Amino acid sequence: MTPQSLDLVGIGKSFGGADVLENIDLAIRPGEFLSLVGASGCGKSTLLRIIAGLETPDRGSVAIGGQDVTEVDPSDRNIAMVFQSYALYPHMSVRQNIATPLRMRRLPLAARLPAIGRLVPGLEATRREIASAVEDAAEALQIRPLLDRKPAQLSGGQRQRVALARALVRAPAAFLMDEPLSNLDAKLRAHMREELAGLHRRLGATFVYVTHDQTEAMTMSDRVALMEAGRILQLGTPAELYERPASLGVARFIGTPAINLLPVEIDGTGRISGLGRDLGLEAPQGKRGPATLGLRPEDLRFVANGSPARILRTEHHGADRYVTLEILDRSAPTLTLRQRADEEPIPGADGTVALGFHAGRAHLFGADGARLALRERRQAAA
Amino acid sequence: MSALDLVLPSTGAAATRRSRAERRMMRRGLVFAAPAALLLLATYIVPLLVLGGFSLTDYKLGAVSTRFIGLENFVQAFHDPVFRRALANTMLYAVIVIPCGVGLALGVALLVQGRRRSRPFWEIAYFLPVTATLVAMATVWQFLLHPSLGPVNAAIRALGYAPVSFLATPSLMIPTLAVIGIWQVLGFNMVLFLAGLTGIPKDLNEAARLDGAKSPIDRFLTVTWPMLGPTTMFVVVTTSITAFKVFETVAVLTKGGSGSETLLYALYLEGFEYSETGYAAALTLLFLALILILSIWQTLHLDRKVHY
Repeated sequence: MTPQSLDLVGIGKSFGGADVLENIDLAIRPGEFLSLVGASGCGKSTLLRIIAGLETPDRGSVAIGGQDVTEVDPSDRNIAMVFQSYALYPHMSVRQNIATPLRMRRLPLAARLPAIGRLVPGLEATRREIASAVEDAAEALQIRPLLDRKPAQLSGGQRQRVALARALVRAPAAFLMDEPLSNLDAKLRAHMREELAGLHRRLGATFVYVTHDQTEAMTMSDRVALMEAGRILQLGTPAELYERPASLGVARFIGTPAINLLPVEIDGTGRISGLGRDLGLEAPQGKRGPATLGLRPEDLRFVANGSPARILRTEHHGADRYVTLEILDRSAPTLTLRQRADEEPIPGADGTVALGFHAGRAHLFGADGARLALRERRQAAA
Repeated sequence: MSALDLVLPSTGAAATRRSRAERRMMRRGLVFAAPAALLLLATYIVPLLVLGGFSLTDYKLGAVSTRFIGLENFVQAFHDPVFRRALANTMLYAVIVIPCGVGLALGVALLVQGRRRSRPFWEIAYFLPVTATLVAMATVWQFLLHPSLGPVNAAIRALGYAPVSFLATPSLMIPTLAVIGIWQVLGFNMVLFLAGLTGIPKDLNEAARLDGAKSPIDRFLTVTWPMLGPTTMFVVVTTSITAFKVFETVAVLTKGGSGSETLLYALYLEGFEYSETGYAAALTLLFLALILILSIWQTLHLDRKVHY
């Protein structure tokens, strides 16, 4: 099956009076790997379940491949889903688990009955097709040696593969994945990330991937939809989300270690001051008043002449080093600076350092959290 | 060599010391285990041995002398028309009560589980017979089924048929008792099935829907039934034991008349009415053996199929 587009228009859903989703519009392109990412309770899983048909939206419509399926039963949507728990049928062998979606669709009810189903005549060709499709799916995920085992006899990673094989055996219109890697250990998770991305490239199918882990979203996705409190805060490529966060919420969520946020003031002429001095930046459209300046850890640096700060601790992460700093004499929050491990920190005369930042890469957010334009003034003193 | 001589005796002494300490610990262990072991012996093992002893004699309750008669009691049992009839009646009763008591309970549990607000009402309604005393409830059944006074026969007459005397017609007595038996076990089994149903992960049903299991029959066969396996096994075993132990309804409603004796009722007659203690002991052993064999067979046979 060719990959299908998924279109969500004006989706709204509330549970017991509480709005879980408010007016979500999302157009997922055919063959795209799109991640829904956000903290728990942001509505990402509910949105996925609405696409699957397991929940009905209160408002709005869902279309698969241009066809409205809002009222269509999940079994008729031709969508495969991988659950966090894998949801394998424990009484069936791996082979039977993978065959289930095909048996349900291609065999009549009588032939699916236990024991007497085998007696229904004239289905040998179909049964052979199903058996070979199961072998192919198992081959694609390298689980052929496991076909005759029961799920209880498999490790977490193997169950994950079986769940994926069961999803891809029938070439669905789209794959939905609900936190599929969160039950795996860190090493296996990194490995499965790579495999999932590879699987997506090979199949060219539409993937919708729900996760609370920004690393998963950033590493695998073509686009990421960052959700908070039932709304999509920003939809864009991982690079866009990182480099041009549309709001304070996005900036806060994306990036490890987290972005440094400094309280600043915009004056009547648009000049920005913070850390007790003029920062040499201006906000052309900024309104007068408090604002927040976002600085990624890698955009902070030690300079000859800057804000005096003291090093609180240094964390070594192999190639990188994270330095936690405290600005002297100010009530500013502690900052994290990230530098390559081969760079030496510049110690100041009395154990303090001078801190500067890459002005061109700073982000400015207004009091309402929205991104504001920012530019350097000529006589930048940073 | 002298070094070796010095070492060997000392390790030997250590070994004896250690074994003495071990022996002391073992004695203490036995002392601690003794009360439980004695209680077990006094309440289960000894009575069973006494029962076995009685079954080999012609002892009558209160008799001054008794005689060892070997397996004669058992031989007599299999030639006794009352015992054979009781065995056949009990089998018929079990064959009706076990499948209906389990199947209907599963059906009711599936229906009740789907209710939101009325669920507690149905649970209580079906569970009431379990809490009520069966002897008391049997009198209500007696009234309901009474040929001239009962509402059941009133309904039958209203439909234009002749009244049926459920508790006096020999061919209807055991089936009628079986219906009461089903009524009694239904609620308990339903509660067990409801517990089993809540234990089924929601993900599995949803996965089945996405896999194309559109009809409820498909979802039942793919998820619900296999996942209820352990519950079903437990329900079948307990229902079987309850069915084989049928006594109250027979004692109250038919008093074993017109050939409606069951195993436990025949046993009660021999042991308590006729004071044939030796013979009753033999019947008890036969009954125990039957239940034991059946339960072990069910467990071994079903256990392999229901645990994954």
